[in-house]
Amino acid sequence: MFHPLHLIPPNTKIDFVAKRWLAFGVTILLVLLTVASLSTKGLNLGIDFKGGILIEAKAPHAVDVSALRAELGLLNLGETSLQEFGGPDSVLIRVQRQEGGEEAQQRAVETVRAKLGAEYEYRRVEVVGPTVGNELLHAGILATVLAVLAIGVYVGVRFEWQFGLAAFIATLHDVFVTVGLYSVLQLDFNLTAIAALLTLAGYSINDTVVVFDRIRETLRRQKATDLRAVINDAVNQTLSRTLMTAGTTLLALLPLVLMGGTTLINFSAALTWGILVGTYSSIYVAAALLIYMPPLRRIETLRPAPAKK
Amino acid sequence: MLYLERWKVILIIGVCALSLLYAAPNLLGRSTVEWLRNNTPGIVPSQTVNLGLDLRGGSHLLLEVATDAVIDEKHQSLVDQIRTELRGAKVGYTDLGTADGTVHFKLTDSAQEDKAKDIVRGIDRELDVSINSSVFTIRMTPVRILEIKRDALERSIDIVRRRIDETGTREPSIQRQGENRILVQLPGVENPEHIKQLLGQTAKMTFRLVDEAASATLGQGGNLPPGTERLPMLEADGQFIVVQKRVMVSGDSLTDAQPSPASQGGWAVNFSFDSLGGKRFGEATRNNVGRLFAIVLDNKVISAPVINEPIMGGSGQITGRFTSQAAQDLALLLRAGALPAPIKVLEERTVGPGLGADSIKAGATASLIGLCLVMVFIALYYGLFGLFANIALLFNIAMIFAALSILQATLTLPGIAGIVLTIGTALDANVLVFERIREELRLGRSPISAIDAGYNRALSAIIDANMTTLIAAVLLFIFGSGPVKGFAVTLSIGIVTSIFSALMVTRLIVVWWLRAKKPKTIPI
Repeated sequence: MFHPLHLIPPNTKIDFVAKRWLAFGVTILLVLLTVASLSTKGLNLGIDFKGGILIEAKAPHAVDVSALRAELGLLNLGETSLQEFGGPDSVLIRVQRQEGGEEAQQRAVETVRAKLGAEYEYRRVEVVGPTVGNELLHAGILATVLAVLAIGVYVGVRFEWQFGLAAFIATLHDVFVTVGLYSVLQLDFNLTAIAALLTLAGYSINDTVVVFDRIRETLRRQKATDLRAVINDAVNQTLSRTLMTAGTTLLALLPLVLMGGTTLINFSAALTWGILVGTYSSIYVAAALLIYMPPLRRIETLRPAPAKK
Repeated sequence: MLYLERWKVILIIGVCALSLLYAAPNLLGRSTVEWLRNNTPGIVPSQTVNLGLDLRGGSHLLLEVATDAVIDEKHQSLVDQIRTELRGAKVGYTDLGTADGTVHFKLTDSAQEDKAKDIVRGIDRELDVSINSSVFTIRMTPVRILEIKRDALERSIDIVRRRIDETGTREPSIQRQGENRILVQLPGVENPEHIKQLLGQTAKMTFRLVDEAASATLGQGGNLPPGTERLPMLEADGQFIVVQKRVMVSGDSLTDAQPSPASQGGWAVNFSFDSLGGKRFGEATRNNVGRLFAIVLDNKVISAPVINEPIMGGSGQITGRFTSQAAQDLALLLRAGALPAPIKVLEERTVGPGLGADSIKAGATASLIGLCLVMVFIALYYGLFGLFANIALLFNIAMIFAALSILQATLTLPGIAGIVLTIGTALDANVLVFERIREELRLGRSPISAIDAGYNRALSAIIDANMTTLIAAVLLFIFGSGPVKGFAVTLSIGIVTSIFSALMVTRLIVVWWLRAKKPKTIPI
């Protein structure tokens, strides 16, 4: 029969709190990197937000990319880019947003189609006009900000405001640093990226809440008022679960990163990064922050409890 | 804990059984599902998951109806009405026109203010009229404007649907979105150019008389006679013709239009009027034999034939030099009717069937491999309890597919990623419980009490953790669009079913196992 594995030894006594300085250093570095990258490289906004045209086309033969690129350059459509996509017979064409409103975008697609001719199979055509692009960007930002805020408020209500604030900062950190990943690697920042950000916000807070739940429980039960010890115990006790869940989720995501197709690669890669960062931030951002804003009320009201015994 | 109330047991088993039943059609072939749908009573599950356009291939178009144009038109016709009425009542005025969403004019004789006011009121009671030293400012009430816009949108949706139906597209979905938008989804359409072209025309058709004298002297400058306008000829670039503004008969009166080969080669469009339209057309042609009349489509003159004899039968033919396609399109537009306002395409997303099929294959393969990896890992890690969790996981997946099928929610490519993610996190609730049981065992509790404590103590963490994820998913649903919305639905369903399967299904299995084996130690 099975002999269940115990990869993480029980009763670990890792002093997470003492190592927080190192972690703060890492956190600050990540945040600075993100800020630096955002201010120099910026985000590689996809056509969802910038407006423009994206065409994925497949020819019955290998495509002479540079020749086709030169031909497209002559179409007078402003900035166009062409790259091989998934194989030598497939190309991904991007055309910048055209001046002159919605109709101009439509005309540009027809121009490109006419140039490529009938032998191509059009696997994907996306045309986003200027109006929708702006709206989608605003809705995306609004959704992300609201999600992070709502999560903070929920935790604040269910726990105490200190927990809520810490959770808010930790989730914000994860989302921000993942935006940083998009910027550093210049991944296409589109609607799917927003979905990835919100999903990872949900995952990361999930993780944080489990640690917080244990801190809350320990605070209630123990007479010890040393918050550092409480946090250390809570993190150690939930360590096995934290790593297990991160492990199973990563395991499920891995095939998607490797073989989920070109459309999902960015999404799965961002989530993978988000899970790593989210797991890290639950311990070193969220829990560590509590040291600087101790949830005093709970401890004080609970202190007399053992005396009654 | 060992005791689960009878109703809970029934509920759990019931939900699991129903999930399997309702998820099952997804495993059957398309023809079998069709057969089930047509030959069995409605209660037999025959719904399958609704695949998004990014998976099945097709075209998604977001259209915007220029509802402001309808308001402008209303203002213009109000101006015309006021002009006619004031003239008829011999009320002197100047500066009649529209500006900033209002209609205005100035009375030449301020003594006629009351009379003019009555006239304006007579046209429409609901108009908001303000008078400032003989200057009338007239506006429509906001409620009225909203009504007009809503009505224009509804009619546009109707016309768009008719035009698309006429093209023979299967299962199109046409939905209103927001105040002035229409979302059109066309499964299986690989190239929407033709449809976009059809939707891009308002197709307002009118039959009007030509002012031949003014047309002849058009090139020589000078003003047009009142009540006429200069319109371009469709066939001949740069040529214009002067036609009367007054409409003899409009395209609204058409009941049918069909392409037909023309006698002089090329194609023509045959049309027929309803009885009222036919009568008016007959009268107009009888009174104007020998003159030219213009067939005007969207302010372009298609043709301007001579009226050889009165056309009394209520039907006629438009002869331009049409190609077969152009004649078909024109007939289609005339049959479907005119749009109340111009339509613009704001967004287009088209996925070819090749990419869709590839996406499904890649997504499904990746998900299955992920599922296997996770199940093996969990079984190795938690032993028998891992197997329990795996059984619950399979039921969980059945529940997700059952829910997607019943709700007819759309499964998109990111949605597949959502399911994969759910597989990963679905086990989290189980992991929380199992880790807690291990801990309680280490503290020296008996198996049963450890399991009991495991479930009770992990509950708050499970609920809080999943609620926060649900918050993110709901916001994603509200603000997301298209495939992202589908992802949010999948994610939300996944969260709910995960909680159920961890707290109910796994638990039921554990309880049964405990009762059957009465173990002294737990292999966890």
